[in-house]
Amino acid sequence: MTDRVNEDDLHAFVDGSLSDARRLEVEAWLAAHPADAGRVQAWASQNQSLHAAFDSVLNEPLPIHLVRAARRQPARTPYKAIAAALAFVASGLVGYGIGLVSDRSAVNPPLASTQPFVRDAAIAHAVFSPEVRHPVEVEAAHAEHLVSWLSKRVGTELKAPDFAVLGFDLLGGRLLTGESGPVAQFMYQDGIGRRVTLYVRRAAAGKAAENHETSFRHVTENGVEVFYWIDRDFGYALSGQIAPADIRKLAGAAYTQLVGHAGGG
Amino acid sequence: MRARPDLIEHLPRLRRYARALTGEAARADDLVQDTLERALAKLDLWQPGTDLRAWLFTLMHNLFLNQIRAHRPPDSALDEALDIPVSGGQMEALGARDIHAALARLPEPQREVMLLVGLEQFSYDEAARILGVPLGTVMSRLSRARERMRQMLAGEPVVQLKVVK
Repeated sequence: MTDRVNEDDLHAFVDGSLSDARRLEVEAWLAAHPADAGRVQAWASQNQSLHAAFDSVLNEPLPIHLVRAARRQPARTPYKAIAAALAFVASGLVGYGIGLVSDRSAVNPPLASTQPFVRDAAIAHAVFSPEVRHPVEVEAAHAEHLVSWLSKRVGTELKAPDFAVLGFDLLGGRLLTGESGPVAQFMYQDGIGRRVTLYVRRAAAGKAAENHETSFRHVTENGVEVFYWIDRDFGYALSGQIAPADIRKLAGAAYTQLVGHAGGG
Repeated sequence: MRARPDLIEHLPRLRRYARALTGEAARADDLVQDTLERALAKLDLWQPGTDLRAWLFTLMHNLFLNQIRAHRPPDSALDEALDIPVSGGQMEALGARDIHAALARLPEPQREVMLLVGLEQFSYDEAARILGVPLGTVMSRLSRARERMRQMLAGEPVVQLKVVK
């Protein structure tokens, strides 16, 4: 005893939106109507093909210009007053870090005085460190491949600092797109799941000469601590949501291990 | 004080949809960027508590519609009237895996429904709201899209569809 099954039911069957009772009826219908069963099977495989063709986009590194666009303050005048009143709060996955592009700069050093790559580093930390399934593109199990791959793309021999004595192990890394070209991000995690990221970028050609400073700098934005330094034409930023004293230790270790290394020192 | 929602978490899926819709990575990211800009400009029109993702997809749909309208002669409508069988020259058999080519040959309104439902897994009601069309229109576009695609992937000629109602 099966009610007549219509075209909409067949689609709803494919898309899993039927009630259990109706689904059983449609299954019974399909068993008795091979032509419909064939179409339903073809439609289901279309859905699978779509996922097979496009799901990889979900795991692509987000272009930094889109990350910025998503975080830009609305500036158009009719909304300006409202926008200024909007509170930035931690929401869901990646609520922090946005202070770097918010009006919080009133209490923190203005953006202009911070290296742009530091802001990018904090954004990249905020975007990827909460990822559960795909925090990194290449896992630490393939550390050698990871480092050589990122080195090749960034254009110099890189090294992932070792934080084992401080309780943080290398989780892996990914390649990002920064304004001056490819950027490497190494991610570390400790025993209780806290994550820090090291962001390494090479200055755009012609800019390197301006960056002789190697002093250590620190900015805090909405709970993301960023310690950064410049070493010749490389900028390094270590970001994390852990106590400043802890991340300072990590940054110190990275600095010691890395200074003079990149660029063939 | 109103919490400002974070758009970042929606970026991967907006990019996936735009990629499938336009078929080109650069054009897709341009569409995503336009969507983000419009979203930020209109954020106070979004109702907190409603589905932000669906709202973003609505904005993207409107922008996409403007784009294709701008590139099309004014007298050619976008609706189902365009859904004429494709000519013989375009109907050489596609490989069964050639989902990209098959998608590109769907009229845009059908492609959108196909992707919103089959890839992005919106409900039919949500798809109808995103596209601003009645539910019945979503169902008929979905049906045409899937049948047309089935025939393309099987290399069959497109014939007038009979609707089992």
